[in-house]
Amino acid sequence: MDKDLFQYLLRLGDNTLVLGHRVSEWCGHAPVLEEDIALANTALDLIGQTQLWLGLAAEVEGAGRDADKLAMLRDIWGFRNLLLVELPNGDFGRTLMRQFLFDAWQVINLGRLMKSSDPRVAEIAAKASKEAAYHVERSADTVVGLGDGTAESHARMQAALEYLWPYVGEMFVGDDVDAALVAAGVVPDPASLREEYDAFVGRIFATATLEMPESRFTHKGGKNGAFHTEHLGHMLCSMQWLQRAYPGASW
Amino acid sequence: MFNAMVAACISRGKLVAMQPSIDQIWKWLDGVPDPEIPVISLVDLGIIRGVSWQGDTLEVAVTPTYSGCPATAIINLDIETALRGHGIERLELKRQLSPPWTTNWLTDKGRAALEEYGIAPPTAAGGPKRCPQCGSEDLKKVSQFGSTPCKAAWRCNDCLEPFDYFKCI
Repeated sequence: MDKDLFQYLLRLGDNTLVLGHRVSEWCGHAPVLEEDIALANTALDLIGQTQLWLGLAAEVEGAGRDADKLAMLRDIWGFRNLLLVELPNGDFGRTLMRQFLFDAWQVINLGRLMKSSDPRVAEIAAKASKEAAYHVERSADTVVGLGDGTAESHARMQAALEYLWPYVGEMFVGDDVDAALVAAGVVPDPASLREEYDAFVGRIFATATLEMPESRFTHKGGKNGAFHTEHLGHMLCSMQWLQRAYPGASW
Repeated sequence: MFNAMVAACISRGKLVAMQPSIDQIWKWLDGVPDPEIPVISLVDLGIIRGVSWQGDTLEVAVTPTYSGCPATAIINLDIETALRGHGIERLELKRQLSPPWTTNWLTDKGRAALEEYGIAPPTAAGGPKRCPQCGSEDLKKVSQFGSTPCKAAWRCNDCLEPFDYFKCI
């Protein structure tokens, strides 16, 4: 049970860690100052949530590691994030589309985790869900603004959606780790979130005049560690550079 | 002073615990400013969730504002420095996540101080009530995010001044 919970917490923590790092790559590069600040703030919230999830993961594992060690001293095959979040940022539109696709899932999943039978999971979910609700308000607004914007922004958002959509399904694929925790009332069944998710994102896409792809084909392997894209390794080289160059460095 | 009081008790041959009252400690904590918005105290911010004596150890429960707020570590350091300065020797800071922090816990004194300082206090409506500079209600949101995790950027259409709004969560 603890082994499954450890894996599940790694998944949650790695999602926010990898996405948080990706979003932070925009710092100093966003199209306007306000968006730059917004992206950096979003990244900060995600890294904060990572500290909570990976902190609990380390506690559950009980092997003397902490959140920093889990984040900075694992290599690609140790990561359990969804493939969606490790994809490169692309243009601003694709970054915000990825953010929206993730935020929409976060608010639904965290809402269920708030009712977890494990109070440690429930309290982190309650904290993170407030931040996720704030994030989705902005990412949904931006998807609508750019989707229903100029011909150029519309085309870019539609292209971003089509590029990212085949990575969405992984959020709803369950495995033995999920099954054990679902049985214990710790986490929701991933598949049970799909209907609410599709209804929510479908509503936003309709307002954004974007066409939601019909295919349910999904790339997968990130959350169980079987397969990551070639992009994660490059990202980790940059994110973990300091610990790789100076192992054990601290301040 | 506190140490002197303890010493006086011991010198009379009787060790009496001279613990400062819980009310006194809340007052001391109300003197610790928020590191990023120094016009309000940590008590005004609503992040001190409990103060109690556990035997001879003072326990202070602190809740984070935003999970990634970089001020959290400084806040803990400031609490510790302030209370040690008042003679508290045994101190334990506890992180309390639940229930999660809400801006409803800001004190009225804190709200007034924010506005006086130029930061519009949070409202349930999700936006500032009036410009903290000129009082106009003709306002425009510039960004949902601002210079710190707890603020958003707004502008007044009358005096044209940009200002911070304390996000309502």
